[in-house]
Amino acid sequence: MIKFVLMVNRQGQTRLSRYYDPVELNRRTLLENHVVHCCLSRRKDQCSFVDYKDFKLVYRQYAALYIVVGVTDNENELSVYELVHNFVEVLDKYFSRVSELDVSFNLTNHSRPELDFLSLAPLPVCQHHFLSFSTTSCLSAPLPVFSTTSCLFL
Amino acid sequence: MPAVSKGDGMRGLAVFISDIRNCKSKEAEIKRINKELANIRSKFKGDKALDGYSKKKYVCKLLFIFLLGHDIDFGHMEAVNLLSSNKYTEKQIGYLFISVLVNSNSELIRLINNAIKNDLSSRNPTFMCLALHCIANVGSREMAEAFASEIPRILVAGDTMDSVKQSAALCLLRLYKTSPDLVLMGEWTSRVVHLLNDQHMGVVTAAISLITCLSQKNPDEFKTCVSLAVSRLSRIVSSASTDLQDYTYYFVPAPWLSCKLLRLLQCYPPPEDGAVKGRLVECLETILNKAQEPPKSKKVQHSNAKNAILFEAISLIIHYDSEPNLLVRACNQLGQFLQHRETNLRYLALESMCTLASSEFSHEAVKTHIETVINALKTERDVSVRQRAADLLYAMCDRSNAKQIVAEMLSYLETADYSIREEMVLKVAILAEKYAVDYSWYVDTILNLIRIAGDYVSEEVWYRVIQIVINRDDVQGYAAKTVFEALQAPACHENMVKVGGYILGEFGNLIAGDPRSSPLVQFNLLHSKFHLCSVPTRALLLSAYIKFINLFPETKATIQEVLRCDSQIRNSDVELQQRAVEYLKLSSIASTDVLATVLEEMPPFPERESSILAKLKKKKGPGAVSVTDLEDSKREGGELNGGSDRGPDSGAMAASNASTPSPSADLLGIRSAAPLGAAPTSAGSLLVDVFSEAGPAAPSAAVNDDGFLSSAPPSEDPATLLSEADELLNKFVCKNNGVLFENQLLQIGIKSEYRQNLGRMYLFYGNKTSVQFASFTTTVSCPGELQSHILSVMFHQRRSFTEPL
Repeated sequence: MIKFVLMVNRQGQTRLSRYYDPVELNRRTLLENHVVHCCLSRRKDQCSFVDYKDFKLVYRQYAALYIVVGVTDNENELSVYELVHNFVEVLDKYFSRVSELDVSFNLTNHSRPELDFLSLAPLPVCQHHFLSFSTTSCLSAPLPVFSTTSCLFL
Repeated sequence: MPAVSKGDGMRGLAVFISDIRNCKSKEAEIKRINKELANIRSKFKGDKALDGYSKKKYVCKLLFIFLLGHDIDFGHMEAVNLLSSNKYTEKQIGYLFISVLVNSNSELIRLINNAIKNDLSSRNPTFMCLALHCIANVGSREMAEAFASEIPRILVAGDTMDSVKQSAALCLLRLYKTSPDLVLMGEWTSRVVHLLNDQHMGVVTAAISLITCLSQKNPDEFKTCVSLAVSRLSRIVSSASTDLQDYTYYFVPAPWLSCKLLRLLQCYPPPEDGAVKGRLVECLETILNKAQEPPKSKKVQHSNAKNAILFEAISLIIHYDSEPNLLVRACNQLGQFLQHRETNLRYLALESMCTLASSEFSHEAVKTHIETVINALKTERDVSVRQRAADLLYAMCDRSNAKQIVAEMLSYLETADYSIREEMVLKVAILAEKYAVDYSWYVDTILNLIRIAGDYVSEEVWYRVIQIVINRDDVQGYAAKTVFEALQAPACHENMVKVGGYILGEFGNLIAGDPRSSPLVQFNLLHSKFHLCSVPTRALLLSAYIKFINLFPETKATIQEVLRCDSQIRNSDVELQQRAVEYLKLSSIASTDVLATVLEEMPPFPERESSILAKLKKKKGPGAVSVTDLEDSKREGGELNGGSDRGPDSGAMAASNASTPSPSADLLGIRSAAPLGAAPTSAGSLLVDVFSEAGPAAPSAAVNDDGFLSSAPPSEDPATLLSEADELLNKFVCKNNGVLFENQLLQIGIKSEYRQNLGRMYLFYGNKTSVQFASFTTTVSCPGELQSHILSVMFHQRRSFTEPL
């Protein structure tokens, strides 16, 4: 089961976070810092799966952004690894050559009801960010795999 | 960056946000926020009814301020009003607000639930999805109570849109996870399972997540999903590249769906139906074959997706554990991955092989890769990969490669991460004990362990080595010599001192002949470490010293000097002081016979379950120690002490006690008349030590009628010799238990308990002959005043003829 999804940049700022297992707000920053520290200190030749406390972290680096997914022990790590990539590809298609700024600065987008996206801008004192996405109607052909992606987040 | 200045885009919000960003200081930011809050408050309270757009804008601003970290205590009513709007954008903001700011106001909850209900029953799929997501995100018990019955209906209804079905399935899953008792599947079960046949892959994926979770709790109800899952899987796996257009990821058809199907199948045992089973085996073989084919694309994503399915299939094969050729094929495939370029694949291969190693069919195949694994242990640069390699070595260890593996693990331990050392130590200790044919090797290994990772050697480990040394005569001399040499190292770990002190104290006489290890040399060696040690170690060393006085009378004067000095007899620690004083007195008063009896060699320990194994299980959780470990330990248990004739029951142990030169090593001597008819401990052939929790149970089971013999032998007071009745009687001045009378035929023991003005005495009659007593009667006569004070006298005839009074 996926416990959480984080998008963090190299400076340690969380651009996006989504928790599927209830974690209190005040413990979230601590958790995020710790997790990010774990992943940032790893080298290129080390594998992408880290044992952290009682679950596993699967992380993937895209330029300056790290996407970290916390999963329970029984999850297939490679499939989560590819899921992350799929997610990034969808973002790429949606924003046309997505960058960190797109994730950070995107507000409520109403021109595409198929893709419900809300994330709020990061500010120095911001606690956490919010991503909820849902497919509200059948997607047009270019982004079909995305519907499976959203289902996989539970 | 996408523009947000369109009509729907809430320009006011964008302006507000850029204002905040432009604030130079925290105070300026707070000022700006408060200004905005005041503005919003006035707008909400105002007479003029706000239009939808404005309401939406202000609620969104409130949400933003909340996410910045400030508390919001108003605006909920307006957000709930937004819920009933017909415009998607407004509704969405309303739902967003109430999912983030969950309110416990019951009035509001009623309104919210109403709005959700309306949306669920509307025919608009967008609205239905919004409502379902809100329920899933909040997932509270009230919501579950309100909606748990309605959602399954939506899920299986024929006219629901696919996207709504997906959301409904996942929403139901979330509600089930938070409130399992409220989600009653009952009538919906078969129709939910039928969703596996749906046309739309998304619906199938969502349904699988739901079914997997439900079937883990009620496997029987969802049994029918197995055949459906198998047929779906075979359709996907054998599909041509043009099918499943929308769901093909880098030339791999529906990888996540395949993984989920394989995961679902792991919840059930192999299918009994021959056709289904055949199809499944065919599927698995196809997947294994595909792994061998040349890749359709050079991209790493293609191979990752393919391998994800492969690893999941291998997990399923391991779970079934019934198809030998599949297992061997899986093992070979993993063996290829062990040397792959990519670290991820090496890591996963090592992990999967660990579970493979415990299966009987593939154990041999796994062992063939031992060189690769050892190489990985030495050369891998990633610590998690090294750790997996160590785990695999532990799993694949058996008699043929035990020495090699233990040696490799020891050398790894020298450079291992501190966080994993303790676990490694436990594993090495278990392996060394399990596969030790030659116990001197075992002693060497454990002493090496202490030398390399002394801090992480827990107590169970060194207790165990001492037990084994004591139980096995042949290794005692070797142990004494090795320990002596090890202690001579300049920097010696404290655990080594503990082990050394104990062993030299017991068996120092075996090496005393050699001038290099003469008694005084031994004593000086131990004493040189004395001041560096902690209190428990010093206590142990003091005991070793008194044992030395017994073994080597020539050292008596020296040791007494040491005991007499102020730092011992006036030591601030109570235990040390007590020991020093008592040992000093004992050495000066007791005759050599008494001393020899008191400090007699430790009797062999009884057999019980290894506490090291229990500790490892506790550390890693139940999955870590494989079943074969336990079975092996049961089998080996008999062998470890099988060298001698000693059986596992303490009756036999008592018999062997009786055969040692000193006649009364035990308190009452009743145990020396072992065939009392008391049931011997059926401790089985499990290997155990005296320090585990079950300690007192074992010996007491053997002599259960003599309740007071339940404490373990070493802690009993030194026994008394057979002597005249007066002497026997006199000791009751300070003792409650003991032998009252003894002759050739009979032994009478007494046990008494006193509490305030009440006392209870038990008399035990032991038959010392080998014939049964016939017409055995007892009378109790109490002279004079004592008669009136007796409350009750009871006679119980038990098989061992004990009588409580």
